[in-house]
Amino acid sequence: MIRGLIVIILSFAVLLSAYKSSASSGAALLKFSELYESISVMGMKISKKTLSLVGKRVTMRGFMAPPLKPDLKFFVLTRQPVDICPFCDSDADWPEDIVVVYLKGKVKYSADGTPVTVEGVLDVGSSIDKETGFVSRIRIIDARASRL
Amino acid sequence: MKLTKGIITVLAAALAVAISVTGSYALTIYPIDRAAILAGQRFDFKVEFDRVVNIQDIKVTINGKDYTRVFGKNAEFIEKEKGVNPEASAIILRDVEIKTHGKYTVVADDGMNRKVVAWEVYPINREIKKAKNIILMIGDGMSIGHRTAARILSKGITEGKYHSKLSMDDMPHMALVGTSGVDSVITDSANSASAYATGHKSSVNALGVYADRTPDPFDDPKVETITEYVKRTRKMAVGIVTDAEVQDATPAAMAAHTRRRATKAEITQMLFDVDVDVLMGGGSAYFLPMSTPGSKRKDNTDFFNVFRNAGYTIATTKAELSDAASNPKTMKLLGQFHTGNMDCALDNLFLRKGTTDKFPEQPGLVEMTKTAIDVLSRHKNGFVLMVEGALIDKASHPLDWERAVIDTIQFDKAVEAAKGFAKKRKDTLILVVADHTHGINIVGTIDDNKEAEQMRDKIGVYADAGYPDYKDEDKDGYPDSIDVSKRLAVFFNNFPDYYETFRPKLDGRFVPAVKNEKGHYVANEKYKDVPGAVLRTGNLPRKASDGVHTADDVVLTADGPGAERVHGFMDNTEVFRVMVNALR
Repeated sequence: MIRGLIVIILSFAVLLSAYKSSASSGAALLKFSELYESISVMGMKISKKTLSLVGKRVTMRGFMAPPLKPDLKFFVLTRQPVDICPFCDSDADWPEDIVVVYLKGKVKYSADGTPVTVEGVLDVGSSIDKETGFVSRIRIIDARASRL
Repeated sequence: MKLTKGIITVLAAALAVAISVTGSYALTIYPIDRAAILAGQRFDFKVEFDRVVNIQDIKVTINGKDYTRVFGKNAEFIEKEKGVNPEASAIILRDVEIKTHGKYTVVADDGMNRKVVAWEVYPINREIKKAKNIILMIGDGMSIGHRTAARILSKGITEGKYHSKLSMDDMPHMALVGTSGVDSVITDSANSASAYATGHKSSVNALGVYADRTPDPFDDPKVETITEYVKRTRKMAVGIVTDAEVQDATPAAMAAHTRRRATKAEITQMLFDVDVDVLMGGGSAYFLPMSTPGSKRKDNTDFFNVFRNAGYTIATTKAELSDAASNPKTMKLLGQFHTGNMDCALDNLFLRKGTTDKFPEQPGLVEMTKTAIDVLSRHKNGFVLMVEGALIDKASHPLDWERAVIDTIQFDKAVEAAKGFAKKRKDTLILVVADHTHGINIVGTIDDNKEAEQMRDKIGVYADAGYPDYKDEDKDGYPDSIDVSKRLAVFFNNFPDYYETFRPKLDGRFVPAVKNEKGHYVANEKYKDVPGAVLRTGNLPRKASDGVHTADDVVLTADGPGAERVHGFMDNTEVFRVMVNALR
């Protein structure tokens, strides 16, 4: 009985340390405010920090925007909760500094008033989603998302 | 009584059967019944049949003559329209015109069904005074409440009398304008601005077209815009100025033909194609090629290059705009001051909030209006200029009345600039109008110094309201502060769930509601802890994110040659008629 308990405690400790190491060593924290160096009428300049993390695992915090349609493989991560759905309202438009997140599984919609943490591999450059035609410039691929 | 009811039931049932047999469409003719068309104005003629028909069975006449004799060419017959389900046929004839004015009866017959519509084709009235230039100023969403609050905050009021009038008040001709569209009593800016720009009714989200049944947003029957008409027939110059994106509904209506106002990348191309001489506002994200971060295009066309190669001077800051205006050689000007919509006057001129940290050099609407007039008046054939105060609407949707009213004051100063130009010359028609209204009202004052536990008990109504204590000591026409201890109590009559704070939003534009996982908009918790904030349960459908447009009439004031036609109640399509009647 006691032996069993020790095994459980030990396994839990191992799991915990594995989780800690992946969080601290594997993924760099990237903030929305760090994505771009500058923004002007002539466009935005991606920051050195963002460029240095391309292909590496990053963690970002943001808000999950209302979905284009149910069961998509990606969702849009925004700096602030979006009060309007740019996909739904023709009057509305996405903020400039969105990040498109491709999850390992399908997207289950989360209340967009709820902040989420996303961890995955950073990808940069213009890309058009084949299924929807949605254009993204900064992506997190192979990602996991969890509510904060 | 019972018998009558029974008969009605039987008739209704018979009608229901008839509808289900013939499919879900009705035989439809575009332009629609009661359309008023300027003689010589181009349009697309389309007849939609309610099912698949044989070309031999179709008979379409205009005043008894076969349509081909009136238009001089055959329509394209589409046996099965793409994306239309159940399948149905149509005929479409692009770019036709009727030169002779008069009453026209159009009859379409497919052997089974028949549809009759009447058109009025009107000439330019030679009796009306003529203008060299026309300036159409649109306060987007500007309602009586905005206007009154702007007069109070800008000009001051004591003992019931204003200390002076707004510029837009001080115009000799005035009318009420009805704004409803083909599809709905409630209009949007695309639909309504399209009526001003073409003289034809349209539908919500549509620009320069009658919205047909096909899903393709670019194949709908088009109607010629005033931009295209004056360029084609008179070689006049055209200017479009807004503080929204230049692809936004109102500016786009001056040039675009699309069922979907959201097709902004395509609208950018359309703005270029009509050869607008002066184009100013935000929306650079749709000029930048896809490869540039910040772009919202889906191709690699660089519209800055496209415009530059076509001889446009490009300005991206206030200083560059001023340089462009002072160079007498500048004849074509593209001003792009923001990737999206520009900042409200309250943020841009005073609080430096919103996105002014990223776009610190945005000119205001007044500077843009003056510059546009400077450049356009260099064109010898005269000009048509549309100036939009877009942010009145953009601030009213999220119930941010202070921002909307400060933008109304800014818009009025742009009117003043236009009037200043016209006064010296007496050859310029100025029309000042809104495109639709919002449910905004002034109900009294809020006095922070009143002893009360709840903010609502600090509201003074009737005699308790007295007067607010806004001051304008620097005499710039804007209140020195909007955050005064005794301020106007202004409320919107339609809203989603939100927290009413009874105070101006000094940190940035109000965001009343956010969407939850059920797709419902719920009050934004960000404002929950503002002292005195109370939850107001929305009276709009839960899918509404913001306040909505209202069907109340808008006010049109006018001055200059041709303005005498502005009076009483007018339909929004008649604003186009006032403008074209003033053309030389």
